[in-house]
Order: sequence, then structure tokens, then C-alpha cells
Amino acid sequence: MSHHLKEFPGVPLKDSDIQEGKVLTTRWEVKAEYAWDTGVALGEFFAGLKDGRILARQCDRCGRIVVPPRMFCEWCHRPNDRWVEVKDTGRVNTFSVSFVLWDASRVKVPSVPAVIEIDGCTPGVGFMHLLGNVGTTLEEILARVKIGMPVKAVWRPASERTGAITDIVHFVPREG
Amino acid sequence: MGYKNRVAVLGAGLTKFMRRAQETGKELCFEAARMALDSAGLELKDMEAVVMSTAPDAFDGVHMKGEYLADGAGGFRRPYMRSYVGGGSGVFSVIHGWYHVASGHFDTCLVVAEEKMSPCMPHPQAAFNAIYDQFTERPLGVNLLWIFALEMNRYMQVHKIPLETISLVSVKNKKNGLDHPCAQAGIPGEYTVKDIMDSEVLVWPVHRLMVSPVTDAAAAVVLVSERVAKRMTDKPVWVEGVGWHLDSSYWTNRDLYYPKYVEYAARMAYRMAVITDPRKEIHLAEVYDPFAYKELHHMEGLLLADKGEAPRLLEKGVTQRDGDLPVCPSGGLMGVGNPIAAAGLMKVAEVFWQLRGEAGARQVSRPVKRGLAQAWGDLMQVGTVVVLGV
Ligand SMILES: [Zn+2]
Repeated sequence: MSHHLKEFPGVPLKDSDIQEGKVLTTRWEVKAEYAWDTGVALGEFFAGLKDGRILARQCDRCGRIVVPPRMFCEWCHRPNDRWVEVKDTGRVNTFSVSFVLWDASRVKVPSVPAVIEIDGCTPGVGFMHLLGNVGTTLEEILARVKIGMPVKAVWRPASERTGAITDIVHFVPREG
Repeated sequence: MGYKNRVAVLGAGLTKFMRRAQETGKELCFEAARMALDSAGLELKDMEAVVMSTAPDAFDGVHMKGEYLADGAGGFRRPYMRSYVGGGSGVFSVIHGWYHVASGHFDTCLVVAEEKMSPCMPHPQAAFNAIYDQFTERPLGVNLLWIFALEMNRYMQVHKIPLETISLVSVKNKKNGLDHPCAQAGIPGEYTVKDIMDSEVLVWPVHRLMVSPVTDAAAAVVLVSERVAKRMTDKPVWVEGVGWHLDSSYWTNRDLYYPKYVEYAARMAYRMAVITDPRKEIHLAEVYDPFAYKELHHMEGLLLADKGEAPRLLEKGVTQRDGDLPVCPSGGLMGVGNPIAAAGLMKVAEVFWQLRGEAGARQVSRPVKRGLAQAWGDLMQVGTVVVLGV
């Protein structure tokens, strides 16, 4: 399959070839900023978070109660029917332990991203957030966090909330 | 489903996989396209249409990348179309090209897939973060590995799969990759389970040696109608089945332990190929393996194993090159490299070479008449499947 590779062997470069200017490069930085209005459903959802409440949408045809909320039911493909306040408690559907930041740099104290199934929603339905108070090392976190574990939201003080997903600081273990 | 032309793969080309290629995307496209045409014994003038697959524009930092790459791929002054479903793109490109020929619209179609991930600084990982929801997810400080780690942990917990077993995928594929002339330097190798387990924890349960690398490369295949195939070759490799399927982007509303969308894509391809027992009728599989666990997860979605059974098949050696169902004999993304769209098309090319008996040191032990290539993409959403046969 590969006799052509003799013709096109490729020229591999090292990062240092770029950094030390051993090959010619041209650089460009994206100067782009975005401002998204939060939309109809998420606008209401974030206003709810600002009030310390988690709001879900319910569809009367399939009966599902879902977060993150949307104004349509994608299953039934119709407008869904009402807002439902659900609890600020739930269970860990899955979790991980992250030592890597957005730019692939590393951190010593990991964050603990998780999918939280929210109490009051249809079983299995939830959103992604972070877990807190579960330790600062991998060993501690793995000893502490279990799939299915009950958790509750820790809210930012009302005066500091901005109407964003981060109005919930994180979810912490609770007796359940 | 009805279609006008039976479609054959007539040739394939693949560039060297590199972490950082001096060649531009256009140059990589040219090389892959040239190799595919040469192996098919055809020229660009013979190509009635060209299909391009390439993943996020943000990697190259070139908007409308399909148009940018067109000249290298041979896509000028003829019908040209780009298709893009994230990581699923490379296999989808063949489905897209199949449509062009199967429809009767064209007798020949050149399919090219390219990825040049290295220009994005400091790391293409940063460009990936825009796949997450900008309102509910990105403010949490996301990185791409999270969603894989979350899915992997869910899969491991539901089926009680030890991390050691998942490490065996890395061991197998990195060893297979040693025989691939295009493999990226430093990616294939002889590793033990302990080496994999001892590698750096990036986002637990994902360790460094359970993740495929960042790669620059291009791949290409030539698709032709039956009429052309019969004139050009005694060894046609037929596209017997194609399937694709997309699930909801509300990924936190479904159980990630099982990729239903892959199952539906596979069922679509099997129906078209008249396959009723994929475990017997598929002789080798290039399953999408950007992360070690994904190979097992996808084998189950492809109905090549029961739910939770893929790890046992791996442990028993069934998926080795000399096993009953070789999986990723090429070395896959874990052993060769992961230039997103080009990686998917590399899998189709591998099945093509295996079915023609041209895979050299990678040739599987059992005789093979039918093989499958699969890719996956987006927010745990897309399954793309191609079944080739002789
Ligand atoms: Zn509904």
C-alpha cells in the first residue's frame, strides 16, 4: 500500500522548529468576541438560578421533565407545555477527575466534573456540573465519590449571582 | 433502499502521519489524492466529482476550509462537496461519495479527507472546547477530555470493567501500529498493561496512553461505478453497506454507557449489505478508537459483541490480528495517529487493503471477504459505518 510513501515521505517538524524559528512561520490570532443572548428557555432557566431555583420543562405528550430546559420537545417535536420547579438535589450519573485545563496545561488539585441527575426530572435526566467537598487528591476523590451518590447544590450567595450556570458553585455529597 | 449503481473502491492513498507536518493541508491533500489515483490507475481528469471531509475549521484557522483545500484535493472545475460530522467525518466521506456514484449521477468520485491540527496554539484542545454548550457547559471550565472521561466511567461502572482491561486496547493497537508505514513517530510501540496504567492521569479514568494523539495527515480513496470497476480491476472491493445516525445533543439526558446511535447506523449498513449475523458475517472491523475504551464501546454498538461483552472478547484475544474477529489491525487511532477526518478514512482504506490482501505485515491471519469501518463524532452523537466486501 505504501510504495508511494517513498515519493511523499512527509517532513515532520518539532515544536522547537517553530518556536526557534528554524522554519518560516506566519502567525495569526483570532480577534473575535461573542455575546449570546441566552434565548427563551435558558433565559428563564438562568433567571431561576438567580432566584435559587432549578426550572425544568415538561411535555404533556411524552411526560418528560427535562433540564437543560428547551421550549420544544425534541421527541414529540411540538412545543412543550409548562415550567416545573425541580429540586436542587440529585444523584451522580457519572463523574471524572480532571487534571487538565482548557489549554491542555496541568493542575495539581483536580476538578471533579460530573453529570448530575436532578431530583424531580425524568429519571436519567440532568446536566453537567462540578462536585465539591470530595477531596483534593485522586485517591481521596475516588474513595469518596460513587456513581449513584446523592448530592445537593451549593448556591452562590444571592447578591453574587449573575443568572448563569455558575450561580451553583458545585454539588456536594448529602445524606440520602 | 434503491440505488442505481453498485459502487466499488478502486484505490486508496494515505500520507505519513505526523504531529506537525511541514506540508500544508493543501499539500497533504494533494499527496493523498495522488497516491489514491495512482493506485487506481486513473487520473484526475477521470474524476467526475470530488468529495472532501475535514473537521473543525478552527484547527487550521481557515474558514471554509473545504474550499481552501479544493485545489490540493483536485476539487476544482468539477462538482465538489464537503461533508462534516466531527470525528465521524472520515467514514462519512465515503458514504457521501457512495451517494454520488450510487445515484447514477457520476461514474467516478475522488474522496479526500484531511486534518492539520498542529497550527492551533498552544494546543488544538483549546479549539475543541467550542463543542460544548456555550451557556450551560463552557462556563464550568470544560476541556474535551471531560466528556470522554464521563462516558468511559459510566461504561466501566455499568459493566464493572477494570481499567486494566481497557488498557489492553492500547497495548493491542499500539503494537499493531508498529507495522503501519504511515504511523506517527512515537505513537506505536510495545507496551504492557502496567505501562498504560502508570501513564499520567489526564482526566480520570483517562490516562495519557489511553488517548490517541494530535496528528496532521490526509487520506483518499477512489470510488467508481460497477461499469468502471469491471473495466479497471479484477479485484473490485464493493461498498456493500452504508449507515449513519445522529442522536440528541442533550447528552446529559441519555445514558452514555451504550452508543445507540452507532447501533442504528450499523443496522442500516447491515440491512443494505444483507447481513443478519454481523458476528459471523463481518470478518474484520476497523472500529473507531480515539480513546481505548471507545473500541470496546463501539464494538457493542456495532453488535459485534453483547453489551458488556467486548472486554471479554479482547481479553480472550479474539480481536487480535490472528483472532476470529480482528479489530483495528491497522493499529487504529491509538497506534497510528488521529488526524480526525483522515483517521476515519484511513480505517476505510485499511479494510480495502485487507480485503485485497495488500496489508503486508498487517494482514490478518483469517481469510477475509467482508470488513467494516466505523467512526464516531460530536457530543457522543454520531455513528458512521461502511461495510466493504469482495
Ligand atoms: Zn414530548
